[in-house]
Amino acid sequence: MGEFVLAAEEFTPPGVGTFIYPPIFGEVTKPIVQAIFAAILVGAYFLVVTRRMTMVPSKGQFVAESFYGLARNTMARDQIGGKEFKPFVPLILGLFSFVLVNNLFGIIPFFQFPTMSRIGFPIALALFVYVAYHYAGFKKHGFVGYIKHAALPPGVPAFVAPLIIVIELFTKFAFQPFSLALRVFAAMFAGHLILVLAVVGGEFLLFSGSALVVAAPFAFIAAIAFTFLEVLVMSIQAYVFALLAGVYIGAAVSTEH
Amino acid sequence: MDISILAAEEPLPVLPLPGELIVGIIAFAILLFVLNKYAVPRFEALYEERTDAIEGGLKRAQETQEQADRLKAEYEEQIAGLRAEAARIRDDARAEGTQIKAELRAQAEEEAARIKQRGEEQIAAAREQAVRQLRGEIGGLSIQLAGRLIGRELSDTEARRGTVDSFLAELDGMEPRQAAPARSTGAS
Repeated sequence: MGEFVLAAEEFTPPGVGTFIYPPIFGEVTKPIVQAIFAAILVGAYFLVVTRRMTMVPSKGQFVAESFYGLARNTMARDQIGGKEFKPFVPLILGLFSFVLVNNLFGIIPFFQFPTMSRIGFPIALALFVYVAYHYAGFKKHGFVGYIKHAALPPGVPAFVAPLIIVIELFTKFAFQPFSLALRVFAAMFAGHLILVLAVVGGEFLLFSGSALVVAAPFAFIAAIAFTFLEVLVMSIQAYVFALLAGVYIGAAVSTEH
Repeated sequence: MDISILAAEEPLPVLPLPGELIVGIIAFAILLFVLNKYAVPRFEALYEERTDAIEGGLKRAQETQEQADRLKAEYEEQIAGLRAEAARIRDDARAEGTQIKAELRAQAEEEAARIKQRGEEQIAAAREQAVRQLRGEIGGLSIQLAGRLIGRELSDTEARRGTVDSFLAELDGMEPRQAAPARSTGAS
């Protein structure tokens, strides 16, 4: 934003302001548009690609099926369990694809902003996960049964049980959704900040009008390198977000007691 | 610096804006609905169909294999049975043949024996007849011969009769079996 334009002699690094967009109209900002667009994109993609599916898949169908298989088998079935995973497949698939697309917006031209670096969106998604795994737990074990199940993992010695109960309840009812949201938020926030810093810094060097100009290419090379790293981080964060949703649901419906 | 002024106005990045939170919830809820209602059931239906096709194919192949095995065992059993049957029939035929041969031989031997016996009987009868005939004639011939030799006719006297009879008896003595009938023969 405006900070580097006026910094002719002194470099001011990009800060939180980088993540603040002016409203396009009303209260609607760029991240909001991106989130809506991502939802439409993912929904439309899966609608179109599943419209005419054949037993022997085409190339496009194969890609969609591989993606679906990753969400269904690796994240949902393996984490939740072969009997109860089916109702949660849409949630896991949606989280994975929605987070992935929103993250990748961070490096796609014209978007160039990871939606998940605005914490409102990860929190919104974490709420879905929070509701889903507690709902699954209550449904499976009953109200008291689930509280007991959540509070005390099997095999805990009696003398540490009070401590464990407090920690487990805090973890499952408060900490897990926040950590889930914060993890992807922080990764996207930091990654975007580094990218912006590299680009803005390179620009500053380029236009510094001194011998520092020679250092400018290194800053841009760093920006490109960080972009590739970001692709990796964005994919991993989307994967981890959906996988952890599966893990939490799996823990809630597990029957080890 | 006006950056510090900007920062002061900005909310903390870890605090969600209500607008973003609400949009995030609604957008994701709609996406979830679409996936739940359309995409995932279509994928699952395809998965099921494919599993059916593959498992069905394997199952069918297995069934065909089992059927083939069963038929093969059946045929082998049948062939073994037929082979045993053929061997039995052959043995039976051989035994029967031997028996028939033995029977035929016995029959032939019997027949031969009968023919031989009949021949012997005929021979014996012919011989007896010949002897009887000869015995009848021999007396006359002997008398003729003797008459010629001694020059006189030997009439039917007692003496002549006695001579002939004694001669015949002598002949019979050489063949003792003929002794008894010889006497009656000589009378004719």
